[in-house]
Amino acid sequence: MEPRLLLSDFLRQDLGLTGTHVGCEHGVCGACTVLLDGEAVRSCLILAVQADGHEVATVEGLGSVEDLHPLQAAFRQAHALQCGFCTPGILMTLVPFLDEHPNPAESEIREALSGNLCRCTGYQNIVDAVKLSTPVPAGW
Amino acid sequence: MDDVQLDGMLHVAFLRSEHAHARLRGVDVAAARRRPGVVAVYAADDLGDYWQPGPLLVPPPPIPGLVFHACTQVPLVKDKARHVGEPIAMVVAESRYVAEDAVADIVVDVAPLQAVVDLEAALERGAPLVHEHLSSNLAAHVVQEKGDYNAAKATAHRVVQRRFHYDRGISAAIENRAVAARWDARAEELTVWDTTQAPIPIRNGLARMLGLLESQVRVIAPFVGGGFGPKIMMFYPEEVLVPWAAMRLGRPVKWTEDRQENFTATTQERGQVHDAELAVTRDGKILGVKDVFLHDSGAYDSYGLTVPINSQCTLLGPYDVPNYYTEFTAVFTNKTLVTPVRGAGRQHGVFVMERLLDFAARELGIDRLEIRRRNYLAPEAFPFNNEIIFQDSAPLVYDSGDYAPALAQAAQMIGYEQFVREEQPRLRVAGRHVGIGIVSYIEGTGIGPYEGARVTIEPSGEVRVATGVGTQGQGHFTSFAQIVAEVLGVPMERIHVVTGDTREFNWGTGTFASRGAVVAGTACHAAAALVRDKIFAVASRVLQVPQERLELVGGRMMVKDATDGGIELGALAARANPLRGAVRPGTEPGLEATAYYGPDRGSTASGVHAMIVEVDPETAMVEIRRYVVVHDCGRLINPMLVEGQIHGGVAHGIGNAFYEQLVYDDGGQLQNASFMDYLLPTATDVPRVEVAHRETASPLNPIGLKGVGEAGCIPTGAAFAQAVEDALADYGLEITEIPLSPDKLFDLLKKTRPKKRNVVVIDGSFVFQGSREAVYALLQDPEVLGKSLPGAMHLGRTGDGRYDGLMRVGIGPVTAAEFSVSVTLHDQKPPAGYGMIVEGKGGFGFVRGTAQVALADHGDGTEMTYRAEVQVGGTIAGVGQRLLDSVAKRMTRQGLEALNTALAARL
Repeated sequence: MEPRLLLSDFLRQDLGLTGTHVGCEHGVCGACTVLLDGEAVRSCLILAVQADGHEVATVEGLGSVEDLHPLQAAFRQAHALQCGFCTPGILMTLVPFLDEHPNPAESEIREALSGNLCRCTGYQNIVDAVKLSTPVPAGW
Repeated sequence: MDDVQLDGMLHVAFLRSEHAHARLRGVDVAAARRRPGVVAVYAADDLGDYWQPGPLLVPPPPIPGLVFHACTQVPLVKDKARHVGEPIAMVVAESRYVAEDAVADIVVDVAPLQAVVDLEAALERGAPLVHEHLSSNLAAHVVQEKGDYNAAKATAHRVVQRRFHYDRGISAAIENRAVAARWDARAEELTVWDTTQAPIPIRNGLARMLGLLESQVRVIAPFVGGGFGPKIMMFYPEEVLVPWAAMRLGRPVKWTEDRQENFTATTQERGQVHDAELAVTRDGKILGVKDVFLHDSGAYDSYGLTVPINSQCTLLGPYDVPNYYTEFTAVFTNKTLVTPVRGAGRQHGVFVMERLLDFAARELGIDRLEIRRRNYLAPEAFPFNNEIIFQDSAPLVYDSGDYAPALAQAAQMIGYEQFVREEQPRLRVAGRHVGIGIVSYIEGTGIGPYEGARVTIEPSGEVRVATGVGTQGQGHFTSFAQIVAEVLGVPMERIHVVTGDTREFNWGTGTFASRGAVVAGTACHAAAALVRDKIFAVASRVLQVPQERLELVGGRMMVKDATDGGIELGALAARANPLRGAVRPGTEPGLEATAYYGPDRGSTASGVHAMIVEVDPETAMVEIRRYVVVHDCGRLINPMLVEGQIHGGVAHGIGNAFYEQLVYDDGGQLQNASFMDYLLPTATDVPRVEVAHRETASPLNPIGLKGVGEAGCIPTGAAFAQAVEDALADYGLEITEIPLSPDKLFDLLKKTRPKKRNVVVIDGSFVFQGSREAVYALLQDPEVLGKSLPGAMHLGRTGDGRYDGLMRVGIGPVTAAEFSVSVTLHDQKPPAGYGMIVEGKGGFGFVRGTAQVALADHGDGTEMTYRAEVQVGGTIAGVGQRLLDSVAKRMTRQGLEALNTALAARL
């Protein structure tokens, strides 16, 4: 493959994994977030060749329509997506975050989300979905 | 949309103008055509007769005296580029990467021209012309009048006059635009996938342009990643060119916009400058409003006058404005086209009106809520004719509304009274700058011309619903299914909704103007009702029972009072479409019906937004601590979806209020064309929005619906400005501009900010032996104040809350500095506290200070907490900070003890 091929384009065009969305191609909107060896990264800022030998996880691996990931189920329940374009990146951002913060406070959730842009929801129902998917933290 | 991948698909990149205004002398595409992997390169001349200016999308309404010059966009620049980002050449290649390489191969010969950027400069004599066949940059001029403003003004107690600015932003759907097309030569059918909000008009227009029958063109607007208005601009050059190239090349062609293109090639909104005035009586009743404004059309005005007419019409708000003069001039500029973006001109009107009311309230000494209450239209005033023409060419008639209870509910939810009487004074004394904003608005929604829907019960019992509007995340699938489920008594899971595919439904206009649920939803309701009639008719025949003895229960037709029997709807559908026998004359086969709904005029939604903010005057950052919305969009179909629309709208409004602004330089170059420099609000910038619903049904449709899509972002700027101004009351600044930004607010603060040096802070608390009421009264008495203010010799009340006098102070070597002083009390909230501005001038310098005083019960007595910041200048400032501090403290203590003595004597 061409060395200049972006990981996002490789996933979408060469592998047909169109769950990873592209919103800005300069690393701000977060729609293209995938996991590289378990860590959330912007696939529009990484060349496909840089992922050689690494494990890449995309939203396709998170759950399926028949068997939603608990976070996806919570998104559906809380109406945490409208157009849904930013959703895959948000899910892939939250998965490692929730691994590290199993009981996040609202301020922590908002901080974790602050690198993902959503124009539809005002973020509120996304925050609520995250809360739905996690046990109630102490002191709430 | 970019998910559409077809065998043999080609990819497109555009060469776009780097200049805002430039004569195009030549385009050399030879090198680009030679690049391996490039299939075709087109410049304007290669399009032949296909090169035509686009259609005028919305002709102007029939307003007497209206002037409108239609100048619509072109597919590729031929003679002159009129904004940065305007496409000059199109490259079609085997991959997007190669296409972009080839764009760099194209050589363009241009002669840059002076750009038209500023709205006022654009109209000056001798300004460069965006469209040279016109004699000026005037795109349109419209005057609308109700009553006689000048006569009303002559009787006014006060006229509040201001200039207001509202600037541009982008819509920022996270999915950019995209178009893909495939020409199937064997079937002679063109399929177009398009991120449009209006697939049916796109189909009809493409068929006309390409010389095809409408039935030969299928436009699919798949699950589009956000719309917010610009995706209904018709036709974008790319929408015209991609299907043409696909037919010409016989291969599927796709173009996906990148974010950088989106910043200059996708339409924008919100540039207006208003000179407005409000004439009021002594008690704050509106006598009339005059508003004269400039509207930035951008380089072409293909969308007509929807945006500025919305501004004109929405300004009136929920108020009884007996006299109104409104005039606007739309101006061509060398900037990206302006078409509706969520709110579509409405926020400008709301901003102007609400700000004028705020200033009037302040000048008249009336509470912000009270001035609004005094001017609301009464619930019995509806239908209310505003006597001007709305964007849909119909008279602006409000269908229904009930405004005062919404204000009361919002005030109660946010704790308005408690905040202004207790919390704000307490926090101000603690040196914090907190403020509250509360504003009203109306939104014209659900306009025509019409939408339609077809409801079909299939023999499996599944129900199909098809409608023409496009969907970009509004929840149409859920809300339309709910409407149909309720009429047919069928579970939601069995209802399958299709939107935005012209093969499924090909009559209608699109998703815009907060009209999807109202117009298409009502059409779904009507179609379902027709199917229900058919169900009863067919069941009556099949079951041999009169219709009135039948009932529809859980997807089954039953004979009333029977416990079993009946027939499933699926089976009934099969019986209605027999393979033998005859369909009786006057009936139709199947259980299917199509219905249309076309309202004469729109329904008027309304609401109140309230917010509490805290401002840090050092950094000019604003934190929104509470946000309350009381919203009335008539009958709710689905509260969760409505709330989702409001949350997103508020976030968009907050962006427009404080974060998002497109910054153009004098050459028409956009300075912040990326998400790094153009700030969208993030999860940490948007507060939790508390929403309450009121349901004043619309009499215009059977469900009572009003629209909601745009509501959230319409009043946000006005509420934000009021709240920030309130938080910074001691700075006395006025906010007449949106978007504000941290740096603009910083500049405003700098103009009024006390200098850091020689600022004496006096704070503390003191317990008086008397009730709060007694202490408060004492503090209003000029005689008492004169005796207790340190060094005050005389003090007289010269107006409500204003005292003037003389003061003599000794500080260090300056033994008797004499000042003329004035003391103004503001934000008086008896008996909780007040703010105070002290100004003194004399031969030895000046003193200027602000103070906050709060009174709280303390046992039998009253605890006064106070904080003052006093700036000292001139000779007395030279004595040094330490001495100033100690003198200030001593004098404060003496003064307070003197007050306490006076209180004891009075009690």
